[in-house]
This record gives sequence, C-alpha cells and structure tokens, in this order.
Amino acid sequence: MFVIPCPFCGPREEAEFSYRGDATAQRPPADAPVQAFADFVYARKNPRGWHVEWWQHVGGCRQFVKVLRHTMTHEIGGSAPATGSLDVPPS
Amino acid sequence: MSQDFRAPSGGRIDRTRLLNFRFDGQPYQGHPGDTLASALLANGVRLVGRSFKYHRPRGLYAAGAEEPNGLCELRSGARREPNTRMTLAELFDGLEASSQNRWPSLRFDIRSLAGLVSPALAAGFYYKTFMWPPSWWEKVYEPAIRRAAGLGRAPRVADPDDYEAAHAHCDVAVVGAGPAGLSAALAAGAAGARVILCEQDFALGGWLLSEPAQDVWFGHVIAQFAALSNVTLMPRTTVFGYYDGNMLGAVERVADHLPEPPPFVPRQRYWTIRAREVVLATGAHERIIAFPGNDRPGAMLAGAAATYARRFAALPGRRVVAFANNDQAYDALFALQECGLGVVAAIDPRADSPAMAAAAARGIRVLAGSEIAGTLGSASVTGAKIRRRGTTGSETNLEADVLLVSGGFNPAVHLASQSRTPLIWNDSAATFVPGAPVQPQRSAGAAAGIFGLAAASRDGARVGAEAAAACGFPGTPNIPVLAATDADPALVPLWEVKASGKAFVDIQDDVTTEDIRLAHREGYRHIEHAKRYTTHAMGTDQGKIGGLVGAAVLAEARGEPIAAVGLPNFRPYTTPVTWGAIAGHHVGKDFAPIRRGPLHDWHIRHGAEMIETGLWLRPSLYPARGDSDAWSSILREARTVRGAVGVCDVSTLGKIDVQGPDAAHFLDRIYCNAVSTLPVGRARYGLMLREDGIAFDDGTTSRLAADHFLVTTTTANAGPVMEHMEFYLQTVWPDLDVQIASVTDAWAGMSVAGPRARDLLAGIVTGLDLGNDAFPFMAVGAGEVGGCPVRVARISFSGELAYELMTPAGFAETAWQAVIDAGAPFGLAPYGLEALNLLRIEKGHVAGAELNGQTTAADLGLARMMRKRGDFIGRALATRPGLTDPARPRLVGVRAHAPLQEIRAGAHLVAPGTTLSLGHVTSVTRSVELDCWIGLALLADGESRIGTRLHAAYPLKDSVVEVEITPPHFVDPENARVRA
Repeated sequence: MFVIPCPFCGPREEAEFSYRGDATAQRPPADAPVQAFADFVYARKNPRGWHVEWWQHVGGCRQFVKVLRHTMTHEIGGSAPATGSLDVPPS
Repeated sequence: MSQDFRAPSGGRIDRTRLLNFRFDGQPYQGHPGDTLASALLANGVRLVGRSFKYHRPRGLYAAGAEEPNGLCELRSGARREPNTRMTLAELFDGLEASSQNRWPSLRFDIRSLAGLVSPALAAGFYYKTFMWPPSWWEKVYEPAIRRAAGLGRAPRVADPDDYEAAHAHCDVAVVGAGPAGLSAALAAGAAGARVILCEQDFALGGWLLSEPAQDVWFGHVIAQFAALSNVTLMPRTTVFGYYDGNMLGAVERVADHLPEPPPFVPRQRYWTIRAREVVLATGAHERIIAFPGNDRPGAMLAGAAATYARRFAALPGRRVVAFANNDQAYDALFALQECGLGVVAAIDPRADSPAMAAAAARGIRVLAGSEIAGTLGSASVTGAKIRRRGTTGSETNLEADVLLVSGGFNPAVHLASQSRTPLIWNDSAATFVPGAPVQPQRSAGAAAGIFGLAAASRDGARVGAEAAAACGFPGTPNIPVLAATDADPALVPLWEVKASGKAFVDIQDDVTTEDIRLAHREGYRHIEHAKRYTTHAMGTDQGKIGGLVGAAVLAEARGEPIAAVGLPNFRPYTTPVTWGAIAGHHVGKDFAPIRRGPLHDWHIRHGAEMIETGLWLRPSLYPARGDSDAWSSILREARTVRGAVGVCDVSTLGKIDVQGPDAAHFLDRIYCNAVSTLPVGRARYGLMLREDGIAFDDGTTSRLAADHFLVTTTTANAGPVMEHMEFYLQTVWPDLDVQIASVTDAWAGMSVAGPRARDLLAGIVTGLDLGNDAFPFMAVGAGEVGGCPVRVARISFSGELAYELMTPAGFAETAWQAVIDAGAPFGLAPYGLEALNLLRIEKGHVAGAELNGQTTAADLGLARMMRKRGDFIGRALATRPGLTDPARPRLVGVRAHAPLQEIRAGAHLVAPGTTLSLGHVTSVTRSVELDCWIGLALLADGESRIGTRLHAAYPLKDSVVEVEITPPHFVDPENARVRA
C-alpha cells in the first residue's frame, strides 16, 4: 500500500482514498459531438509509466485530488488539488 | 523415555522446570526455552512426519522457519492448528501435537506403499494420469488425491480466540535480531531514530543463541536497549511481507506460547508497519545437497544440529557423519563432538581447507575428495554410502545415525526481493545476494551475503547508522562491535550427487532431481514453469533450503549458468500466516459494520423483524397477534395503508443538502429533468443518469429556499450519489458556487401513508396548514409534531395520499411516537420494508431491481422526464442508437391468474412453446388490490405486448406460470389518490 500526499491533509494511507481513474480525461463541452462524450467515458490510454489519476480522500477531506502514480512501480510522484496541475515526467 | 538425548549441561533452557507435553498421544517432557522440535529431539523422537506424495518417513531437518518436515497439528478441538512448524512452536506445559499425513499411524503408514509405485507419481503425474474420463476428476480423482496427499486438517469448528490488527510507524524498522540486526537497531537507536526491531523467534539473538562464546557481547548489547526508549523490541514477530510504500506486514504471536490466551489478550496480532527506512537482517538459510536418500530421518542441516546442541542441549543422535562443501559446517561437527557424540567422518568433496585440517587435528577422519552416494536404513539413517567424488563402484558404507548436510548458505533475500530489489549472483558464495534496493531499504549481514558474526555485527552497525542518517539522525554512534575472527567458508559449489535413488531438491513437496530434469525434457525450461510443473519450492517452507539446488539442477539441464536461470519470484507470505490473523476482528457479525437508524430501538421494542439492507438494519415487518405467517403480516400492513393509514420508517434514504447561488443550476446538470423551474416550497421526483446514459438513481428534490435544496436518494445509492456529485462539482464544474453535505444520518424520516393520513396529521402537525389547497401534492413545508421540528413533504411511494416527515435524528422517537399515539383512532399500523415493496410494485415505482445499471430512462417509461435543452450528465450518450432502440426491454407489469400461483423474481418471459427469453421479471409480490401474484418486468417490445399472455419460466425450480402482460401500474394509474 502506498502513501498519498493529500494537498489538504498531508501524507495519508492509500486505504483512506478511493480511486476514480484517469484525471487527464476532460468532460467535453455541452455542445460537443456524441463521439467526444464516448471518448470521455470509454477511451483510456492505459499507459505504462507515469499517470495522473483522480483519488478521492473519502476517509478525510473528501476532495478529489490529482495524483501522479507510476503504473509499473506504484511510485507516487506528487499530488495537486483538482484545479491544479502536475508536471508529468517522461516515463 | 525421559530426555535421553539431552546433553548433561549447557543450552538456554531452564532445567529447574519440567514441562509435560504429548506428541501423537505419547507423553514426553521438556524445559522452558525448548521448542517442540528441540524437546522431541531431546526425547529421541526422530520420525516426525510423512512426506507429501510418497509418504516417506521424515525427521527434523532444520531449526527454524525453513523446516520442511516438522509440521504438526498443534493443540486439539477448536484450537487445532494444522501445518505448524515444530521448530517455531514454543513448548508449554500441556502442549498437544499430532503428526500429519499418515494413516493409520506415523510408524505404519499404509500409503508409504506409494513409494513403490513412485514412477507413476513423477512430476506432472496429476495432469497425465487423471485425465480421462473428464467427469471422474471432480468425483473420483480429486477426493482420492486430497485424501492421500496434502498436509494437516483444518478444525471444523469456529476458532474461539481473538486476533487483532495493529499499525506502527517508525524511522527505521529492523527485521531480524541476530548480530547484524541487533547492531543495526542499536546504531540507529543510539543515533536517535525511532526503531522497531522484529524477531520471529521468542528470543533475540539469532545465531548468537547458538554461539555461547559471544555471550558477553550479546548481553552487553541487550542491556543497552534498556536505556533506549526509542527502540521497540518485538520478539515472536514474523515479518512475512514487504509491500509498496515501505510497508511491512508482520504477525506477532502474542499468546501462541500459552495453552490458551489470557482474557482480553489476542492469540496473534497482525501488524502493518510503515518505516521510513528498512534494514533487512534476516540472516541466511543453509542449503541441502541433493543426493539419494538425503531425506531420511537423521539427516539434518549442519547448522540446525549446532543450534539443537548449543542452544537447546538436544542431541540429534549418537554417531555423526558430516557431508559438507564449506568450512562453516565444521563448526556444527565440532559442537556435536564437544557434546560427546562420536564423529565417524567428515565427507568433503574439497581437497583440503583450514576446517578440514582443524577437524583432522581434533582426531576426526576427514575423507577429502569424496561424497555421499546414498543413505542406509529405513525409517531412520543407519549409515551412509561413501565414494570418491563422481566415481561409481568405489562405494563403502559408514555406520552413523546422524548425517549432517551442508551445501552452503543462501541469504534470506525473500523480503528484499518482494521490495523489488534485484538478486545478483555471487560466485564466491555460489548464491544470489540482494543488489541495489529500489525502496528505502538496506540488507545487512548474512542477508546481504556478508557472512561471519563479527562481519555481520560491523555491517549491521554501519547499515543501521546509515538508515538513521537517511531519516535525519546523522552521527556515528559508539556501539560495541563483536570481536571475533571470521573464517572464510572456502566453499566449493556442490549441488548434486548423481547416483541411483531419489535425491530430493524439495523435501517437503517430494520433488527430486529427476523431476526437475523431467520438467525440463517436457518443455518447462523456465524456472517459474518448472516450479509449477513439479511443485518445487512451494509449501510452507517455500523452498528455503532446496530452492536454489533445484534451480542449479535445471541450470545444468539447460546448459546454462544458475545466474541465467534465476529463482522463482518471491511473494508474500514468506512464512505461512494463519487465517485468523488475516481476518482479525472481521469475523461473524463483525465482518461488516451494522448501521442502525434513529428508530431502531423502537422497532426492536415493538417486535419488528429486522432485515439487512446493505449495512442497514431495517424493519422488515411487524408481526401482530393473529398473523399466521410473514405473508399475513405483510398483507395486513399493506391493506392498512390502502384502507386506512400506515407509518413507515424511511430514515435510511440518502439525504444530501445542496446550497449556494448555483445550486439549482448544478442540480439541473445532475438530474436529467429540470430542477431550476421548481418553486420554493415544492418537491419533484427526479432521475439521475450516469454519463453513459444509463439510469443511476432516483429520488425527490425539495426546494427549501431559492438557493437551498434537499435531495433524497435511494438507501443503496446514498454514498455513490454523494461521490458522483462531489466528482462533478470539484473536477468538472469547479466554477459553480455550490456546497453539498450528506445529512443522511442527521434526519429521521417517516412516511405517513393512506387515505386517512391527512386526518391523522392534521391533529398533530402544528404551524402548517395541511389542507389540500394549502398543501397540495408535492408541497413542502415546515411545522412541529409533538414539540419536534419537522419538514413535511407531500410525496408518495405507495400510491396513497402520503406525507413524508423529517425530523432531526435526536427527535426521531418522540415524533414517531406522537404519530403512533395519534393514529390509534384511525387504525394506524406501522409497516415494514416488505409491505413498502408490495405497495410500490402495485404502484409501478422502480427500485434497485429495475435501476439495475442496464436500464435507460426510456426503458423505465420515464423518457418524457429528460430535458430537451441544456446540458446534463448522460444527455449525449443516452442518444446513442443502442440506447434508443424501441425494441429494448421496457418496463411492464405481469400478473398471474390463479390466486396462489407464484411468479418468481428472475423468471424469464417466453412465448408459450418457445425457449427464447424475451425479458425477465425483476420484482414480484402478492397483491392486496388484485388477490394474485403480480410483478414488474423488463420485456422486449414491452408496450406492444400489453394484453398478451406469456410464460414466466423459472427452470431452476421447474416452475412455469402463465402471466398477463399489463401496464406497470396496478393501482390508481391516474394518480387520483395521491392528490385526494
């Protein structure tokens, strides 16, 4: 189990969080074509390497935070609030 | 027999006290400080088990967790624990243990005849022999194999003891309390770091316990820990796993050394330890040499014999032969000689070495350049066949009853490997050692391939100081370093002696050198494949003493160096962990938490039958005098609602308070229907979709003020809807000025439903005019009941005139009782979840069985709710052709014709005489309106089939019922009653 640095609460156990998937997928604007919504819901890159993900601190501040995780090593590279951004290192 | 094989002096046992114990019913005695293994040895018990496959006799081979043979069922009855390593079981007075895998007795095991047909039992025999006919596998082959092979029996009754989980955090966690671990913990502790030192044995010291010559240093170090409050010593604690985030898993055997745990003390404690730095000082495991008969009782690892002799004063026999390829093993030979055993010879493939010369100087016959080609004896070693290295035909026999085996030492790299540290081949020790760590972790001493007590203690001190420095505690603490001369083990690799007979590489799993070669011939060249084909390096010992030997045999077959073959991946658990420790408190009723509503106690006092819905306990029905069965209660409660008035506890509904200038706008996007058009003081039924266009949840939304809404969700989706709203609010529309809070537990809810509902409430609700004009269907207001503040909403799930009252949870019982008391003249009865379900099916309201994650708004007959303009979640994808296909299953009603003909939920709807499923029945109930079974169903072309007859088929119960397809509303389709 890894430790996730919550930007609001500090480092916390993975068990306090719930996973919500790829944080790079952006909901399209309301007038976007159906295909754009289909991509938002279904299309995922599934990268091997660094990945920016949503983790909700359900056992804490309940904020969705962006977490940089390495999908091979489970290394946590950093975190940011939902509206913040993270530099993704080359994998 | 009374400890005939106990040395007259020495050992770390308390000879002043005798402990009585039984093995296979036979009484024996031992001393405090003994393990079950050492006590058995001291009593001359050489045969401790039968092997897994061939049922060969087996004796103790090791003195620690790596023991392959000494597995027993410890204790009896509900506390019987199978596959317990005798070498780790501390002796206590009254201990009972039984051998495993033998019938009728350990000495006369009828299945040892399996050895005679052993060619049929070679590697992979399960896959080859028991193929045909396929139907025999489950009924004949598997049960027979399970009886013949396998290990101990699990108890059949519940474990009476408690287990608990605990968490610990530290700067430096040190695993292993031998010379390296003690030095590391002392160095890190002296530097000021918070240290946890875990040791699986009940005594600290590791190999020092087998080296009385170092007791002065050992005692000095232990004394220093007393002054370091920042160092926590954890004996009897096995670290079994190394996980991400520098987390260790460990089991502390709190009360395993006692007959039973004292009150309020758990048997074991499951530790999760987070450390900034980890020092692995797990030592090394001695390895075997594969030669024919190397499994016969009396054969034993050299280091184990030294431990038994020096630590426990338990002697493995009378006359010793040693077979070793390294100088370290001679230490054991000398230890046994000092205990008075006769040393017959040292068999050594090497030409000469310092230890061989030392042995000769002690008068020991050293046969250089020789090897053991077989053992003599049946249930016990009586001698060994000796020959010149690699020369057949030169065999001579030597008589002995103890055969020490040593093929060298393997660092215990299991935990390091689990933490993704690569393993590097080391030529001089002919073994794998840990490479550069990936996580903040260091190996020290023998675990790092640094052998020798003095070297290990120096290395431990260095590594401990480094780990402390990495945590911000620099400095070079002045700690005592063990002064001793470490001899070079001068090892020459020797993996196998090729001669006729079974030469084992995995003694516990009965895997021989020939099995490995067979696996290779049949294409299982990869070490992981060979492992699974042969069962090599599996079981409780995970190949600790023979894993590398098997890899070496495979490497030879492949014609490659061992470094190219490698070892199978190490994974948790390094040593077995009992299920009780893993489960902890999460057993029985504590498997999951129970949620009780604010009216729970009232329901219990009034005889409600409670039912689990998710984590909640809810009243299912309220049996009354005169009710003959559950159905009569349910039908009575439902008739009361339809005919008079009933009250139902709906406190478990999810409730979300939504406030802020953009609240209405936000809810417009969350629901597929409009919310912003809702006037203050009104409620509206709403449906949420998922982004993929499928229905998610339904409920009502009340507008309490222009910028203040109360949203209700289904009981099951209270959590998911909250998360759904949080996700969109925080990540998709952070620009909206909205705050949300889950208030599910803050409010109790009660639904007062039935034609007399208003008459009843008008008498007790103050501060609110409930008249039909002043407070019409879907009106929302606030008042008081019995002095309790209430929010009142005129909404109905049952289809009757109904009001939902919400009151702060602390007022729940007062308000509820006020309704109950005032209801008597109106014939009021409380109704439970079953009647609620009956009523909503009659009314055609959907619930979890219809909101099943596959249905769209249109499928549920709710298409007209979807807004035509503006964005909402699920809008775009709900337009996909597959979701708008008119042939999709649609919600319909089904009714049976004969009064007591039961329709089953889950039944498939088929045209008479066909087998093609056109849909399925989702919810069923007996109806109080129609005096027959009715249900809701999802049916292809549902609307066009209304009025037709189909069969509801439930083949599992051999039931077929003719049903009429109807609209989904069985009562009051015009909604007149709710508006009355």
